[in-house]
Amino acid sequence: MLKKEAYINGLGCISPQQTFEGNGLPDVSDLLCPDNFFKCLEPVYKKYIDPIIARRMSRIVKMGIYASKLCLEDAGVEMPDAIITGTGLGCLDDTEKFITSMIRNDEKMLNPTPFIQSTHNTISAQIALFLKCHAYNITYAHRGLSFESALLDSLLMLKEQSSESVLLGGVDEITNISFQIIKRLGHWKNDNCNLLNISESVTKGSIAGEGSSFFLLSDKKNNSSYSKIVSLETIVNQLNVESLTKEVSAFFKKNNLNYNDVDLVLLGVNGDSKYDQLYYGLKNKVFCNNSCAYFKHLCGEYHTATSFAMWLSSVMLKNQTVPEMVKMNSFSSTQLKTILIYNHYRNINHSFIIMQAC
Amino acid sequence: MEELINTLKQEIIEALNLEEIEVGDIDTDAPLFMEGLGLDSIDALELTVLMEKKYGLKIKTAEDGKKILYSVRTMAEYIQANKK
Amino acid sequence: MFNKVCVTGIGMVSAIGNNVQEALKSILLQKSGLGFTSYLDTIYKDEFPVGEIKLSNIELAESIGIGSSQSYTRTALLGLIAAKEAVENAVITSATDCRTGLISATSVGGMDRSEIFLKDFFADQRKGKLRNIIGHDCGDSTEKIAKYFHIKDYITTISTACSSSANAIMLGARLIKNNLLDRVVVGGTDALTVFTINGFNSLMVLDREPCRPFDETRNGINLGEGAAYLVLESERIAQQHNKKVLCEVKGYGNSCDAFHQTASSPEGKGAGLAMKKALEVAQLSTDEISYINAHGTGTPNNDLSEGNAIANVFGSRIPMFSSTKPFTGHTLGASGAIEAVLSVLSIRNNLAYPNLNFATPMKELGIVPLTKLTDTISIKNVLSNSFGFGGNNTSLVFSAC
Repeated sequence: MLKKEAYINGLGCISPQQTFEGNGLPDVSDLLCPDNFFKCLEPVYKKYIDPIIARRMSRIVKMGIYASKLCLEDAGVEMPDAIITGTGLGCLDDTEKFITSMIRNDEKMLNPTPFIQSTHNTISAQIALFLKCHAYNITYAHRGLSFESALLDSLLMLKEQSSESVLLGGVDEITNISFQIIKRLGHWKNDNCNLLNISESVTKGSIAGEGSSFFLLSDKKNNSSYSKIVSLETIVNQLNVESLTKEVSAFFKKNNLNYNDVDLVLLGVNGDSKYDQLYYGLKNKVFCNNSCAYFKHLCGEYHTATSFAMWLSSVMLKNQTVPEMVKMNSFSSTQLKTILIYNHYRNINHSFIIMQAC
Repeated sequence: MEELINTLKQEIIEALNLEEIEVGDIDTDAPLFMEGLGLDSIDALELTVLMEKKYGLKIKTAEDGKKILYSVRTMAEYIQANKK
Repeated sequence: MFNKVCVTGIGMVSAIGNNVQEALKSILLQKSGLGFTSYLDTIYKDEFPVGEIKLSNIELAESIGIGSSQSYTRTALLGLIAAKEAVENAVITSATDCRTGLISATSVGGMDRSEIFLKDFFADQRKGKLRNIIGHDCGDSTEKIAKYFHIKDYITTISTACSSSANAIMLGARLIKNNLLDRVVVGGTDALTVFTINGFNSLMVLDREPCRPFDETRNGINLGEGAAYLVLESERIAQQHNKKVLCEVKGYGNSCDAFHQTASSPEGKGAGLAMKKALEVAQLSTDEISYINAHGTGTPNNDLSEGNAIANVFGSRIPMFSSTKPFTGHTLGASGAIEAVLSVLSIRNNLAYPNLNFATPMKELGIVPLTKLTDTISIKNVLSNSFGFGGNNTSLVFSAC
């Protein structure tokens, strides 16, 4: 869809792993695994957010503001020229609080605060309020492409030269209630599974997760640039291995790349044996000679999980290392220059992102 | 009256999620809005809900709200005068 | 050189009509669509006027040819009806004859059905029909519309409260201008829900009377529901396919008020920025705007803020301006697109709409809206405002061509 180079000059990530203090991954021995589902490891918010301001904020809003502050500090930018976020399900906790109250109190004497915070744009708007930023502000909420849509708009802003620095984020939360509802829909695993072995899972269902990952995108490279985004493609369609292969082939052709130009293929394998077939099919058919890796055993499955993949890719490209715990096979390249991220959400939303070292 | 005032302060802290504030930090006579605790229009709505839920007292207009919710003392006096 | 963004089709369903022609007729007759709800199960059903479409979900499904067993949300059904009209109006025979996208917007998504599910679920977590919750997310109605029309080149959903569908139009225009798409269906849809009625009531911003935007006695909003879509095509494609061009999307501007979670700044800073940006992109001076379709919700806060912003931006020459929300109600995520369609009709028919129910000028504002339906002045450029919760402000400029 869009071939546009943009540098990632700052990162901020709150995830189920210890990612908010410095941008790096923990040792595998410290890998945090969920009981039922992944819950973010959260910082002490008052480091950045005054408790008087935070009093009304839901968890997801705090996660969004904190991660975006981390990112801006990391990039050395005080005020971005645009704030663009993606969220698949928005502010679940507040939505649930308001509806519960509405039902229990027969629509009377309802507290307004959870309603105000229930709209999807709350995170983006609250970040702007926090920074006093009047710039372009928008929220995308399209399922498994919410973050990718935000990314496309960010790249477009840079292409149009409407912005010099774009704050881009992907945020989603899991709550007990939504976990239970989605469990009834059959999306989650029923059995316990060893997370590190999700690539070998033979049962259906994935493990729920959540996260808040923010990036500072710019046309200008600097000494602290982590990586660059080169190209993005999104697809809304049900695919099989054959049609997926055609799409990948077309994407590579558009980008004048060969499969062996890719040093690492980062796949959204999530342990759901039904849907992971697409990843393995692609890996075996097209990327059988490439090093492959996975990431959802660190963050779980959620609509904006690609944002975590982008964070991970940036860290790997900057440090020029692929941590053992994400490898699916041996890493054979002499350098880590090009990463392809391929993720799909229940075989209805697919995305390819090419990132490179810079 | 003192007991009501203390209870009210606690209820305000809970209703508005004023985590770092204690009962002793709230000046009974200081304005709740603009200065003092610096509460805003959403807090006013939350306090309106508190008055109705806990004390059965409905604040009907914004003008009434401004007078009744001026300070902890004015809230307590209103409750004492009108509580059902 | 950037591609011109041509509007080649419009479609709309709202409380004033099940299609564009019916809506136009209601406006010419100055007939508001506000009344009490017939379908919502709420204690407020006879208390707050709403702009409801008087068709049940079954009737909506039948009108689009979808069997009622499909369990589409009301939001999706309204979206399909309006999108179908727009696509037919644009005479699109195939979504694959050029790069075609869909950008839809919604604020409530499938909440009309989710709230039914949740009532049962909260009583007993084993209860609640799953088919009522699967359409909950914002992307559901978008993907149903894309599938219906076989649109595949780019599909996404925007959710920025009341400015949602205005932002969808803005993105669509940018994608065409930058040659990423040749054609894009843009707009939004939102159904009335018990959730939103209670939400806005908890904020004490619902009026028990029909709303009176920009009036001294204004006392809040009337909620509404609806959907509207526009088909945008690049000038090259429109010419290639010999399309009738209704008008042009000439300008757009998005800014954030960043003042307060729900209230707009009294001086309307964000609103002013959005309007100025839209005029800049359109390369038009304030003098060249014939009519402003204001956001004009009827809340004390919005109308003062927006009124001040209009006064600041336009200075001594204020164009005719009005809010059409007394006709349709405040349709939240769909309002940007509904008012965009009305802006297109304004240009096509040289119409400026009356601000119904206005009687008393605001003491704090020196400007007053248009009260008479005006059809004697040539409408060349229309500015349409959509200002959302959280301070997400978007303005669009439509121009005759």
